[in-house]
Amino acid sequence: MTSLDEKFEESKRLGLQIVKESEEDRLMTLSVGPQHPGSGHFRFTIKVDGDYIVYCDPDPGYVHRGEEKMSEYRNFIQNIPHLERPVIHDSTNITYSYSLAVEELVGIEVPRRGQYIRAIASELNRQVYTLYWLAIYGIFLGHSTMFMWPTGDRELFIDLLEALTGARVTHAFNIPGGVRNDMPDGFKDRCLRQVKYFEKRLKEYEDIFYNMPLFRQRTEGVGVLTKEDAIKLGVAGSVLRASGVPYDIRKAEPYDIYNEIDFKVQYMKTGDSFARSYVPFLDMKESCNIIRQLLDKMPQSGEVRAKLQPNPKGPPGEAYRRVESGRGALGYHIISDGTPKPYRVKISVGSFRNMLALPFLLVGQKLADMPSVYWSLNYWPVEADR
Amino acid sequence: MSDNKEEPKKPAAAPTKPSTAKTTAPAAKPTTPAAAKPPAPAAKPAAAAPPPKKEPEPPAFEKGLVDEIKKKFGDSIKTVFIRPRRIKIQVEPHDITEVATFLRDSMGLDHAESVTGTDYPKDGQIEVTYHLGSYSREDLGAHVLSLTTRTNRDDPKLPTLINVYKSVEYHERETFEMLGVYFEGHPRNERFLLPEDWADIPPLRKDFRIKGR
Repeated sequence: MTSLDEKFEESKRLGLQIVKESEEDRLMTLSVGPQHPGSGHFRFTIKVDGDYIVYCDPDPGYVHRGEEKMSEYRNFIQNIPHLERPVIHDSTNITYSYSLAVEELVGIEVPRRGQYIRAIASELNRQVYTLYWLAIYGIFLGHSTMFMWPTGDRELFIDLLEALTGARVTHAFNIPGGVRNDMPDGFKDRCLRQVKYFEKRLKEYEDIFYNMPLFRQRTEGVGVLTKEDAIKLGVAGSVLRASGVPYDIRKAEPYDIYNEIDFKVQYMKTGDSFARSYVPFLDMKESCNIIRQLLDKMPQSGEVRAKLQPNPKGPPGEAYRRVESGRGALGYHIISDGTPKPYRVKISVGSFRNMLALPFLLVGQKLADMPSVYWSLNYWPVEADR
Repeated sequence: MSDNKEEPKKPAAAPTKPSTAKTTAPAAKPTTPAAAKPPAPAAKPAAAAPPPKKEPEPPAFEKGLVDEIKKKFGDSIKTVFIRPRRIKIQVEPHDITEVATFLRDSMGLDHAESVTGTDYPKDGQIEVTYHLGSYSREDLGAHVLSLTTRTNRDDPKLPTLINVYKSVEYHERETFEMLGVYFEGHPRNERFLLPEDWADIPPLRKDFRIKGR
């Protein structure tokens, strides 16, 4: 038996044109995105060795809008419509923490009814976002029914939000001091009816998608993020909760009226793609429960927003407030110099934090598992880029 | 531009009342009669609350945390504010790695949520803030500790915290390209969100102006 090296030496002696294969020759570089269907405009470069991913480098920025810079040119109220652009599917939550931070800076107290309506809108909007995310997860894995169903059921909540706010997707509903307008008549009954129907649908989702053996095979044990690594990487939201850390801002740091609501933080311990896809589903279930409680406990009448001066401003200072959005903690760090315009706005988003886990999880996976790992990270490219 | 002109109305309670009522009238018609009352109480705390904001006694738990840090590092730690659930401390750049290591190992602040860079051209400085939080300590779940340091604006260089907090990797990279702060020891001080051919000053500096504004 001659070794490979000896064979190579012999071939050289015989004058044969055999070239030794270097490691680089075996690797193939693939560019995923930026026009990947469904992923949003995000690109990452991967290198594969045969079937396995050995290198991954995210390259965000294709939808960078400079929201933080734009905020410095507009006053606190004018900032609302453009700040919700990064996640139009979750626009109530992304303006929620902004409003909380501005309220802290300016010193406004939100009326109780306003706080409840805010929470209802943000829960409904979380459903809209999660359903959209789930639909794309379905189509990523080639399950087209799971694309159609959530997209259809998402309309229920969009209709509710349309009745509540007047707009289908970008609501600009939360404002410093409360919400823009009161609930329409009969909203409570309509909302309860839709939620009841949706809970029935959730069971069907479970049957057709989460309990399907094929789906389980493609996600269970794939891309495992341990609890220690999740904490070290500082991931947020469902990715964190799927790795066994029961951390939810609604529970950890209750804002507005969330300390009056009885709910459980949903989490799993396995930390694989399945857990990361199942935790948002559990969140949707829990959210239905929260909406019902909110509608029940809400004051029947009263103000929905505090009166604001035309150009609200507070003393120089800074505020950092967070809410739990569909993608985890969403914080605003606002520095004010005493003028009606913020001096600096920093948006701290869950997507940007979860992106750090992407190369960590993809390396060592098969190429075919890439979609199930990538989209389970609950990553929204537009939000990450801001 | 016209923003500032409308401000001086604030102290006079009488003129603000009708003007606010007018602006909100179309939005909430049925509530306007009731709305006539709230402006006065709502406007008062807005005017009265801010000044005493800095004075109230710092909450005991948060103060205890700061005392713990101060016991270890003494006067090199400057407390900016201690509020309920929010603490801000400022350190010198050469101390930051040591302080961050202490915060991670002894205080249980196990991850960084975000890194904010702020440009202060008047002081000639750039302030970099690390928002640290804790997933493992339940009593710190609601708390955010802002670890701040300042660097010279003309040649901004700071030691990286990537070896202490892995979670700052992308945040520091973003701060590098948006404010031009070079993180010494960071493996990749390079473009991240901006286009590859970006050939202007870092955009979040105050002397970068949006065109036409």
